[in-house]
Amino acid sequence: MRTLNRMIPTTRILTATGALALALLPTACKSKDKPPEGAEKAAEGDRGGAPQAGGEKPASGAGGAVTLNGSGSTFQKGYQEASIEEFGKASSEVTINYGGGGSGKGRQDLADMVVDFAGSDSAYKEPDLAKNKGGPVLYFPILLGPITLSYNIDGVDKLQLSPQTIAGIFQRDIKKWNDKAIAGDNPGAKLPDAAIVVVHRSDGSGTTDNFTKYLDAAAKGTWKLKSGSTVEWPADTQAGNGNAGVAQIVTSTQGAIGYVDLSDAKASGLKYASVKNQAGKYVEPTAESAQAAGDGIEVKDDLLFSALDPKGDGSYPITYQSWVIVYAKQTDKARGEAVKSYLKYLLTDGQRLLPELDFAPLPKGLQDKAVAQLDKVQVAP
Amino acid sequence: MASEPFSLTGSGNRADTGFRWMAIGAASLVLLILGLIALTMTNRSLPVLSRMGLDFFTTRRWSAPDGLFGALPFIWGTLYTAVIAVALAVPVSLAVALFITQVAPPLLKRPLVYVIDLLAVVPSVVFGLWGVLVLSGRIQRVYDRVHEGVAAMPGFLIPVIVLAIGAGLLLTSRRSLVGWVLAVGGLLLLLYFLVSGRSIPPLVFGPAAQGRSFATAGVILAIMIVPIITSLAREVIETTPATDKEAALALGATRWEMIQASVFPHSKGGLVGAVMLGLGRAMGETIAAALVIGSSLGQVTLDMFASGNSMPAVIANEWGEAESLHKSALIALAVTLFLITIVVNLIASAVVRRSMARSAGRA
Repeated sequence: MRTLNRMIPTTRILTATGALALALLPTACKSKDKPPEGAEKAAEGDRGGAPQAGGEKPASGAGGAVTLNGSGSTFQKGYQEASIEEFGKASSEVTINYGGGGSGKGRQDLADMVVDFAGSDSAYKEPDLAKNKGGPVLYFPILLGPITLSYNIDGVDKLQLSPQTIAGIFQRDIKKWNDKAIAGDNPGAKLPDAAIVVVHRSDGSGTTDNFTKYLDAAAKGTWKLKSGSTVEWPADTQAGNGNAGVAQIVTSTQGAIGYVDLSDAKASGLKYASVKNQAGKYVEPTAESAQAAGDGIEVKDDLLFSALDPKGDGSYPITYQSWVIVYAKQTDKARGEAVKSYLKYLLTDGQRLLPELDFAPLPKGLQDKAVAQLDKVQVAP
Repeated sequence: MASEPFSLTGSGNRADTGFRWMAIGAASLVLLILGLIALTMTNRSLPVLSRMGLDFFTTRRWSAPDGLFGALPFIWGTLYTAVIAVALAVPVSLAVALFITQVAPPLLKRPLVYVIDLLAVVPSVVFGLWGVLVLSGRIQRVYDRVHEGVAAMPGFLIPVIVLAIGAGLLLTSRRSLVGWVLAVGGLLLLLYFLVSGRSIPPLVFGPAAQGRSFATAGVILAIMIVPIITSLAREVIETTPATDKEAALALGATRWEMIQASVFPHSKGGLVGAVMLGLGRAMGETIAAALVIGSSLGQVTLDMFASGNSMPAVIANEWGEAESLHKSALIALAVTLFLITIVVNLIASAVVRRSMARSAGRA
């Protein structure tokens, strides 16, 4: 009986952290909640109409409903979830599911036509494009967001870092908080003689990809670990699973520093550093400074771009972006129309949800281009 | 009907023939699926194996951007954590199994068995989360104490203690395997210290940077395999004939002497099998290990308080964002794990068969 009693507090802690559990785990499974392709097509065939915006709830759920499935980037998941809820209020006939799993999984799922749209923080690689079963794809940028350098040292509430210093810290050239390089970035600050604990992602991640791409560009010559969704971190560093996992280790480890997206850093109550941008100014990561980063970017015709290391005084330099990727040719009329109207929502009305979620909306010019690109989505008659 | 001789191959009984083919079909289907899995996995791991060659198994750099994949640290991590887990779990499991079968009053027996079996069905992610959220934060201080304590002792002390315990065990019974291992190990440690002036134990129990390490993974895995080993050991021990036990007791043996003389010799093979099954589970465990092992790259070290990584943990962590060659490397890891578990199981069944043959021969 004693054994049982002792088990109870453990159980309670576990229930309380249920949400964290989901964030900590790599969701390696395919989206199981998707009904079989054929059955759904047949159901739609009977009806053959576009979803009516603002319509009443379907009487039985037998006819009329369209289900869209998306997967991929966990970075944009917060925005997807908020949008799905708001969009659902307006168009009750369209049900949208967005499963995370990471950008790579999203792109793979779309390539295999398992999902209707993919969320991704980076584009398809050139050789992989040919493997996409549904033909050419279109990229729709939907948001920008900052990656913070979150840290945990008692007595230091304000920290400034230059890209070279960040590179030095993350490749373990700089091992103490009172190192000359850090002191040089923080004139007059009192830094403790404490060891630095570097925390990075253990899972392959778009955040790692963008963070290392940034260091590769902004700390050229200093940064030696190259860039990618996983890189060869030094052995004496710590790793956590997902943004929440990194945040959890930083929270519980004195002297720790890690890269975490802004919303997770805020949710965990972490302190984060201001980072020196191209103009030489130290800027704090906020939705506004990320939006400022978006103003200086160059966008290609296919709407691919990078918001990393931008120009401008007020830009936060480690700002990255996320796209929704869809096939240019939509073979199913009802689903195609639903995809288009949801994309339109994400690009226009939904944008006002972003600041509250600690993301930055698209700059006006980019937004206009993206909305114009909606016409390129061809829906079968 | 009743007078007809029973025949397995008789064509007159259609149900029997049908059942026979169904059984053969099911059995060969299992083999077929296993074979196909092995075939496709090996096939998909060829790109990385043809590029890295044997370096895949012997080098320690794992860098997707550079296209270098050396799996040695992950193979080491898998084996090391599994060994730690088994070393921690076996004494506990054996003690619990003996308590349940030989010591506990019948009233206590059933609830105990129930609780331990319940532990076996707890999903591994629960143990993993408990490990990362509760255990790893607190256990670091324990690690630090152990390291400080071990480092503060004179270098010859621990080898001598180990040697003394081993020698003591050997004095009571010359056949004690544990005694031999401890005595020889202690002697080797002492020799190494006398020759090099360095002491191994502080290296094995190194300074702990944080609570997620080989040792933490070992502890969590140990908790997970205790129920398996316990329930198998319990069943094996319960097959000891009552006459054997009564004979020992009748000769004036104490309970412990009876266990040594009757229970252990009878169930040795089964116990080894139970331990090997536990080892297999510990090596394949994914999520719990991935959460608490620390996910450090390139660690091939005896320091059990260092962060490391294991094969299943790497696969789970990196699969989602892996590109072509990286993916092939992860599949090659899976093939390696597959091979290692097969080897462990082969060794296990060989040991079981040998000790069973021996006990049958002696009986």
